[in-house]
Amino acid sequence: MIEKSGIPTVSISLLREVTERVRPPRALDVDRPLGYPLGAPHAIDLQKRIVMAALELLLIPTQHFLLIDFPKSI
Amino acid sequence: MRSIGQTSSADIMATLSDLSFKYQFFMKTYRYRQFDWQPGAVLNKPLSQSRIAVVTSAAFYRPDQPPFDASIRGGDYSFREIPLETDLETLQIGHKSDAFDHSGIERDKNLALPLDRLRELKAERLLGDVAPRHYSLMGSISAPARLVSMTAPEIARRLAETRVDGVLLTPV
Repeated sequence: MIEKSGIPTVSISLLREVTERVRPPRALDVDRPLGYPLGAPHAIDLQKRIVMAALELLLIPTQHFLLIDFPKSI
Repeated sequence: MRSIGQTSSADIMATLSDLSFKYQFFMKTYRYRQFDWQPGAVLNKPLSQSRIAVVTSAAFYRPDQPPFDASIRGGDYSFREIPLETDLETLQIGHKSDAFDHSGIERDKNLALPLDRLRELKAERLLGDVAPRHYSLMGSISAPARLVSMTAPEIARRLAETRVDGVLLTPV
């Protein structure tokens, strides 16, 4: 619905299997446990890097479903 | 590869097998409603000129707001509007679900609602602006129809009204 208002969205994906079924327009798959979508508590640099990596996907037009892995080699 | 010495479970990627059996069964058999969207929306300007909002399913609510009700059959489909100036440490968490580890978001609300991070990114000129209002809802919903037909359009309307250019969605 947000997309239909003309505002692009990007989701953080924690469970790749679920994301692949829900198929949001853009998702950043993060190698973190459930409950830790932006990395770790008080890990300021990591949180900012995940946020920026996700937000950069907003610039990509998508027709179907875009799922990108946040780099594991952090 | 993780560096030697990091052996906590917090380093392990989440998979469905991490959930207890009852949740695995639910999540594997649940008929997921696909994300309701159509192609077209994209950010046409740099992030450094864009206003960003967060919508989270971490069920955060301010102390001056009613709590989420985990006893509602099918799930509580209401949302809470979280103004940017909210002190994150005052936010309460509505989830009663035992499906995931809450301790991270309890220790640091930025883990799901990164308002401090967005402010820092704006100060670093990596982001243009942080939206004045952000939204939280309760993610553990088994009957999402009203979330889709009532909550989502209202959130979308408010985001458009405050000229938000892009939205980050964070699950827990």
